[in-house]
Order: sequence, then structure tokens, then C-alpha cells
Amino acid sequence: MKYLKNATTLQYDPGKCTGCGKCTEVCPHAVFEMKDGKAGIIDRDRCMECGACALNCEFGALSVGSGVGCASAVIKGMLTGGEPVCGCGDSAKNTGCC
Amino acid sequence: MKPLRIFDQDKSGARGQSCCAPSRSRTGLADDTAARHQAAQAVKVIMGEKPRWQTGIMNSASGLVPIVSGEWSRADRRGQIRARMGSFRMDYIVKPGLYAIGRPGASSEIFVSANYKLSFDILRRELAGISGWILVLDTKGVNVWCAAGKGTFGTDELVKRVLAVKLAETVSHRRLIVPQLGATGVRAAEVKKRTGFTVCFGPVEASDIKEYLAAGRHATPAMRTVRFGMARRLILTPIELNQAMRKFPLAALVVLAIFGLQPSGILFYNAWYEGWSFLALALAALLAGSFITPVLLPYIPFRSFSVKGLVTGAAAVVPLVLLTPLGGPSWFLKASEMTLFPLLSSYLALQFTGATTFTTISGVKRELKVWVPIYIAGLAVSAVLIVLHKIQSWGLL
Repeated sequence: MKYLKNATTLQYDPGKCTGCGKCTEVCPHAVFEMKDGKAGIIDRDRCMECGACALNCEFGALSVGSGVGCASAVIKGMLTGGEPVCGCGDSAKNTGCC
Repeated sequence: MKPLRIFDQDKSGARGQSCCAPSRSRTGLADDTAARHQAAQAVKVIMGEKPRWQTGIMNSASGLVPIVSGEWSRADRRGQIRARMGSFRMDYIVKPGLYAIGRPGASSEIFVSANYKLSFDILRRELAGISGWILVLDTKGVNVWCAAGKGTFGTDELVKRVLAVKLAETVSHRRLIVPQLGATGVRAAEVKKRTGFTVCFGPVEASDIKEYLAAGRHATPAMRTVRFGMARRLILTPIELNQAMRKFPLAALVVLAIFGLQPSGILFYNAWYEGWSFLALALAALLAGSFITPVLLPYIPFRSFSVKGLVTGAAAVVPLVLLTPLGGPSWFLKASEMTLFPLLSSYLALQFTGATTFTTISGVKRELKVWVPIYIAGLAVSAVLIVLHKIQSWGLL
């Protein structure tokens, strides 16, 4: 299953990649693959912007504007003017996601 | 309270590092019965009444550690169902801290989990037969992945727990097995720097843990990928329906009042006859958006959730309006229904993005930018059409 085309902010700088392979380990959608000692992006559209790769890349080769891909959180963010925050776990402002 | 079993690792000689461990039961009580009594008292204080899934307590460098069962009781199964249905999941928690499963020693693996009871239950069930430590983080009762996204299942909390339970004294190795989906919140390199423990990202699913361990802590590409099959989607729909239904009684009241409204007051005959049909169509749209769309997700054309919901909503509502008496007496009313309900389904389908495993925040924002104006316009158009229908039915048009 794939979401919209080109709907990710994932950015990869091959120049900074040292080939440690951490991104292939943490990505839940197999976006990366190791090729010739460096990470390569196989399919960008599989990315869900969870941010695990960017957080765990020690060399700053990856960046992604992560956040919850949740409509009610985004709507709430629009209405309150704040960042989209998923309200799960807080029964007072539960948005119903996750 | 059931009698407690005490496994004193010092006496069985199974523990590796014990020289400087200030454990609670070694306060000079040589007598086994006294130690047992003291442990039982401590458990009452620490745990409150002992839950079914706790089978005993053991002594370690971390202090007294509850031993948990790999089995699910009826209460655990009932808890899972209730948590899947609605707001019960908000309070379905276990106490953060260290737990033991089987008879772990200094070389046993440490599995990190969230304090959402269902996450914890699934982990201990999948670990049945293995001896190991379970380190439960305080994620405010939220599952690993969602908590990682919020940062509660994160580097700081993990570091804090590792230090708080004196893990370095409890085990001789320096490895933590963290669920892969926790990587969104846990920065492995920083955990290593601050605690000395290496984070090994385990498989996505707890059910793959045994295979992962057997392969020498190696996860295959399949174990690293999130699956989102029909069973998984189906299990998420009660929450969606529950959320959607929450506003239904109020909406129903308003609808019945509108349909009953006559120049002479509110008539129950009209309220019932037209209002009922209208609400039945609303229910169909609700099912299309919150149930059919999630379950049949990959089989519905288009990638956009709004469009998917529009497709299922139209497929459910348009035939009912045109081919059955549910559509009501006038074309104004029919047109209003055919505008409003597919859009309602579309809106509800869009809500499901929060439960999926593959939508992005960029994509959701893009959808909303296009569709929120359409929803507002659709609402206005259908309201105008209903007014026209009312005026017509009062014989003014």
C-alpha cells in the first residue's frame, strides 16, 4: 500500500553517508537499500515520515519533517494554530488516531 | 492474595555481578520465612494487589522484580477487546519499571516495552518459554510506535529507566532489545553514550522475537517491514466507528427537528418519516467511511483517502437514494443527500489516516488543503437544498 505520490519531505545526502546501514535497520517501509557500501533510496513514495532514519543517522545524511500522518491531529493543529499533535493517550483531547 | 514464590538469585548462584548490589532483601534477614514475608509486604506496597499475570517476585540488583507469566488469562483477553473498542484503552496501563519472565540471570536479554498493557501483554505472550528481562518505559499508556512518535518512548525516558533500575548491575552484558518501531523516538547512539548499553533494534512484530534471537539477533527484511493486512485493518475499525458514532445522537436530534419543522410547529409524522430515511442514509455513509473504506483499503481505487471515502460513500448512498424510498419525496432532498453523504464518508475515511501505517503528514496536509473547502462548500450546498425542499413541501415553491 502506498500513499500519495511525492508526499514526503525525506532528504538524503549521499555525500555524508558512511554506509553504516542504520537506516535500513530502522525504516519500517524498506525505503533504503545498501548498495556499494552506501545507502540508496529504493522507493521514496513508501516513506511515511516517521523520522526514525533521520534520528538514528549519526552523520546527518538524512532529514525528514516528521509528524503524525493523522487527519484529526492536522485539523486540530489548523484550528488551534499549533503543531499537529496526536492526542492519543490523553483522554481529554483524544483525536482517535493510533 | 496468593502466596508468592521467591527466586533468590544470590542463593541459586545464577547472578553474575552481585558484589555491590544493594538489594532490598539482603538486610540481614537470614531466615527464609522472614525474607519471604518481607518480600510479600514489599510487593503489596510496590504493586498494590497482585495482578493475575504476575506469578511471583524475584530478587535482583534492581531490587525486587515482579515475575510475569507468558500466559494470557481471561481478564487479559477481555482487556484486549475492551481496549480495541474505545476509551478504555486510555487507562489500560502497567507500572513502568523492570519485570522478569522465566528465570532470567545476568546474561539474559533485556526487552524494552511500553506501559500500554496490551503492548506489554503481547510481548510477554511472545516471550513465553524464554527467560529475560522486560524494561517497561512510562509512555503514558500509549503503544510503542505512537509513543515513539510523540517522544515519550524516547531516548530520555529509556536512559532514565536504565539508570533508575540499575540495569548495569543486574546484567553482565550491555545490550537492549528495543522494538524497531521505537526507533522513531530512540536515538541508539545517544543511549550508548549515556548508559553504555547498545540498542539492538528488534523486529517490528513481537511474534518474530524468537526467530530474531535464534538468528543471533538478526532481523530479516520481512521482519523489518510493517504489514497492514486486512485483519489488522479490521481490528482498528471499532474505534473508528465509535468515534464517528459519538456525534450521531446529537446529529439525529437536529435532523429530526429539521424534518419535523412545519409552519405550524414540529410535526412528529414528518420528523419520523423523512428524518428516519435521512438518518438511515447517514448511517450508510458512516459505515462506508469508517468501516468499508478501512477494510477494503487497497482494493478501492485512488491513493487519496478522501477520494477513496468519496467512492465508497457514493457507491453506498447513491443507489439507496435513487432506487429505494429512502431518498425521500423530492429531488431537492435527493440532491442534498447525494451531495452530503458521499462527502461525509470521504471525511470519515480521511480520519482513518491516523490509524494507518503508511500515510505521511505532508500528504494528509495536502489532502486537507484540497478537501476542507470542498467539505464546507458541500455542507452549504446540501443545507440550501434542504431548505428548498422544506419550502417546497410547505407549498411555498
